Order: sequence, then structure tokens, then C-alpha cells
Amino acid sequence: MSLLLKSRAGIASLLPKKDLYGFLVLALILVVVLPLSLDIFRLNLVGKYLTYAFVAVGLVLCWGYGGILSLGQGVFFGLGGYIMAMFLKLEASDPESTKIQSTPGIPDFMDWNQITELPFFWQPFYSFTFTLIALIIVPTIIAYIVGVAMFKRRVGGVYFAIITQAIAAILTILIIGQQGYTGGVNGMTDLRTLHGWDIRTDSAKYVFYFVCVFMLFVCLFIAQFIRKSKLGRLLVAMRDKEDRVRFSGYDVSNFKIFVFCIGAIFAAIGGAMFTLQVGFMSPTLVGIVPSIEMVIFCAVGGRLSIVGAVYGALLVNFAKTSFSESFPELWLFAMGGLFIAVVMAFPNGLAGVYATYAAPKVDAFFTKLFSKTVAKNSSSMPLPSKPTSTKTESVSLPQGVIHEQ
Amino acid sequence: MSSNTDFVLAVESLTVSFDGFKAVNDLTFYVDENEIRVIIGPNGAGKTTVLDLICGRTKATEGSIKFRNKELTRMKEHDIVKAGVGRKFQTPSIYGDLSVFENLEISFPRGRSVFGALVFKRDEEVISKVHEIANMIFLGDQLDKQAELLSHGQKQWLEIGMLLMQDPDLLMLDEPVAGMSVGERQQTAELLRSIIKDRSVIVIEHDMQFVAQIADKVTVLHQGKILAEGSVDKVKKDPKVIEVYLGH
Repeated sequence: MSLLLKSRAGIASLLPKKDLYGFLVLALILVVVLPLSLDIFRLNLVGKYLTYAFVAVGLVLCWGYGGILSLGQGVFFGLGGYIMAMFLKLEASDPESTKIQSTPGIPDFMDWNQITELPFFWQPFYSFTFTLIALIIVPTIIAYIVGVAMFKRRVGGVYFAIITQAIAAILTILIIGQQGYTGGVNGMTDLRTLHGWDIRTDSAKYVFYFVCVFMLFVCLFIAQFIRKSKLGRLLVAMRDKEDRVRFSGYDVSNFKIFVFCIGAIFAAIGGAMFTLQVGFMSPTLVGIVPSIEMVIFCAVGGRLSIVGAVYGALLVNFAKTSFSESFPELWLFAMGGLFIAVVMAFPNGLAGVYATYAAPKVDAFFTKLFSKTVAKNSSSMPLPSKPTSTKTESVSLPQGVIHEQ
Repeated sequence: MSSNTDFVLAVESLTVSFDGFKAVNDLTFYVDENEIRVIIGPNGAGKTTVLDLICGRTKATEGSIKFRNKELTRMKEHDIVKAGVGRKFQTPSIYGDLSVFENLEISFPRGRSVFGALVFKRDEEVISKVHEIANMIFLGDQLDKQAELLSHGQKQWLEIGMLLMQDPDLLMLDEPVAGMSVGERQQTAELLRSIIKDRSVIVIEHDMQFVAQIADKVTVLHQGKILAEGSVDKVKKDPKVIEVYLGH
């Protein structure tokens, strides 16, 4: 009994009312509203957009909270995507279906590039377990190496952003240059089955959509846990006065490395979900432009709001799809303009706009609703004590929201 | 290089040069247990640099700094803090986006590793310690306030409070009353007198009246070197000190 109470209190402190409603509304939209109202083609598109939301959520932690602006998250998105694609490609390249190649049993692009034997680093990707482990481990190791090299030497701010951008450029060039091993500029295409189960069917797309939503919520909960822990407060403190944190006895670089690795893992999971839902992976999703786009999703959603990041990714991508259908050449300008507008006018993005304009009304509505139920149930449902809720709230709320508490 | 001593802090032939300019030049001084040492001197004398050197922010070119016979010159900043040295910056250095409570909580000496911070629990011990310190620094009723909204003097107190949470054996304060009103100065002097029990304190200060109120011993720095050392009265009468610092 006491254990139950304890865990309930734990959940309450992890998900205060406001955050809980945010999560529930998002879950309602993603799990019920969209699947019921969209056909599978559109739903698959939403699933694709959601894979970017993974990256945006990671960026909320790295950039919004930790102040570490990475312009190279495409690297980790790409790593996750390519790792998943390698497994699927091997499964699609069994000797039976590749018998017209000069070397059957290897991926088609290798055959086109006169490679006659599967390279050693491709071998382990026959195993699905290995693939799943690599999906987490490889981006973590890369992020760790970059993090140690940068943060231990106290490289930060713009310099860090430029270096991550350079890494994104390097990886793109590497993938395109080594086309015998990576599929080059075309990427890895023609992915067919997962353990013999055809991933191109509508039913598979439904399944992947829900898997994607589930994984996204797993990441959202991890992000929420980090945000509510002392580590989350330390990130905010570091963003503000790094030296003060350092001279309070913390090794600042370790915290930055940690949050950068978490961002990398989220991005890699997103990349893997992309490959599964879209059916290919290519270097156009790795480079500088997609990496910057991901920062824009995060900024539009509100860089201090993990739920906002999901909406940001969805809305910008919807806009991108519909806008670029009619004015393909104007989209990049619109995107740039959007970014400038958000930074200048709404530094806290959609979440900030919501908190300033809509939240007071929504709150008033809920309080009204709540007070009615309370009146009905007389005193059986005590109101939560005010001071604790304001204390936990003040950590994360963007500046514009303070006044409404 | 240097021998062990009974002093809390032993700074010996400390030199740091920036591109040939010796900001601190062959400096030697010792701080006793429970002593309040005030460092004064004209601008550019190297006062803040000395604190930077002790807390590891700047690396010494030569010489040694021993804290309880532990060599600090090669240690990392956070290890120096863990050894028991706390430092307050010149401008109030607090976390504006966090509440007063959270500001103090971060300085609580537990959960300082990445995973320690992830599983850190705000238990009774933390809460009571935060309340105790908050009352000491006159912010007991402001715990839920966002730190950015505090007045300048309150921010200074908050940073002192953050250091008290750390409970260091050696506390270094860089101009703790700068920019404070007369009333606030008075309160700060009282605060300092109450927190110096059981620890040694190094204070940099310009306000001679304030210095006279708190100091056990004064060190006068000039061009990176010690010009005079001793009690407040002795230093005040020293003709060299009057010449370069106090004025006629």
C-alpha cells in the first residue's frame, strides 16, 4: 500500500497536471484522432513526420535546456536509419532474389560497384538483435567521442554548432563517396521485408505507425524524467551560468556529453523508424539542410517544450508538403523566413504562444469544470496544494509564462 | 617543492604570467584556521587573479597552492570544490531561470555525478538544509521566487547562500558588498560574521570601513606582489599603502 502511494506520488511529481494533460492530448491526437481521420497514405506521412519529432525532442533537451545547439543531428538520424536499412537490405538481398547479379547474395548496389564479397562490417547486420543494439550503441559512441573531444576542451556555442555541421557534411560526403558500401547518393532502396514480413503493405504501415508513436512516447517520458530530475535543473543552470555550476562541484562537460548522447539516441531511433515507414534511407536525410530543418522544427514547437517539439515537427512538415506542392522553389525561403519569425517574434515557439494566449483560458475552463465536480463530490477530492505545483512548474516554463502562475 | 604546514591554505612563490605580463608575481601568503583574511589593493593588482588561481579557474605558471597540504595547482575545478574550497564571483552569479529554492538545492553536496543527478531525491535533509540557509541569508520567505527577480543585494546573498550549502572549509568572496546599499552592507557584515565560524575566509573588498569591521588580517596587493600585510590598523598606517592605494 505504502509502495503504491509512493509510486503514485512519484508519477505525480514526474507528470504534474499540466504536463499530464499535454501528454494526454498528444496521445489522443496521435493514437485516436489521426488514425481515424486519415487514410493510410496520409497516416504514413504523419508517421514520417513523427520520426523527425524524435530528433526535435532530443534537441529540446540539448538546445532548449542545455544550451548546446547541434546543427548535425542529421548524422545520428542517418546512422539510425542506415543501421536499420542495412539489416533490411541484407534480408532483401538473399541469393534467390538477386540471382541475376554477377555475385548473388549481396546488396544490388555493391554488385553494380564491382564488389564481389560482403564487406566485413556488413556481416553482423544479418542479426536483428545486433542491429537493434547497434542502433543505440553506435550513435552513443559517436556522440560520446564528439562530446568528449568538444566539451572536455570547453568548446561550446557557435563553435560547437559549426563543428557538428561539419560532421554532418563529412558523413554525407563519406556516404556518397563510398557508394559500393553505402549505396551512394541513391541511398539504400528497395527494402522489402522484416523477418519475412512484407513492410510495404498497408497493414505493415499501420503497425509501424503505432510502433513509431509508442517509441515516441517512450522518448517523451525519458525526456520528461530528465527534465524533472536535478539533471534537468542543472542543464538550465549551466545554460545560464556555466562557471557557477562548475564551481559548485560539478564536472560540467559530463552533463553536456550525457545530454548530447541522449539526443543522439533519440535521433537514431527516429532514423530507424523513418527507414521502416518510408522504405529507404539516403544521404539527403543526413546532411546540413535536414539537420538545420530539425532545429527549426524544435524552434517552431518551442525549444523548452518536449510536447511542443512534436507539434513543431508535424506542423512544419505539413506546411512543407502542402507548400512545396504548389511552390517548390519558394519553400526554402519560407522555411528561412519562418525560422527568423519564430526567433524574433516567438522565441518560445508554439508552446510559448499557447502558454501566453490560450493557456489562461483553458486553465479557467478546467478550473470551472473541476470546481463543479468538487462541489458535487463535496470534500472527497482535495485540491492539490498550490506551493508544490508552482515550484515544479517554475523550472521549465518559458519566461513569458511566469505571470500566469 | 614546498613542505607541509598547519595552515589551511599555503600559497608559496605563486606566479602567473599572461604573455609575459606577470599578473601575480612570486606571491607567498598563508591563511590560518578560522581566519578572515581580506585582500585589498588598487585595480589590476591581481586580487581576483589570486582567487582564480586558488579555485583552479586560471592555471599557475609557477609556484604551489596547498589546501590542507593538498596541492591544488594541478586539480580540476570541481575536484577543488569537492576538497572544500568555495568561491563567490564578483558579479552575482546565480541561475536566473530557477527558483531560489532550486538555486540553493543545486549547491547541496550530493548527486554531483551524471547518474547521481538523475536519481537525486529532494528529501527531508535537503529541504531542511535549504530552509536553514535561506533563513540565514534573509531569503526564507522568497524560496519560490524566480531568482532573476531578486534585487542586486539579494542575488549577492543568494550566491553566498549557495556557497554555504556547499559548506566549504575555505570560503573565497570577491567583493561581496559591491553595489549594496548601506543597510544591506550592515546585514552582510553580520551575515559574514555568523558564517565564518568553523571555516577560513578570504575576502576581496574595497570598502575600508567594511574591511575594518570583519578582517583579522589584511594583505595589500600591488602589481601582483604583496605590498604590506598585517592588522587593519597597521596596514592603514603603512606609508607605502597610503601612497599606492588609500591616498593621502
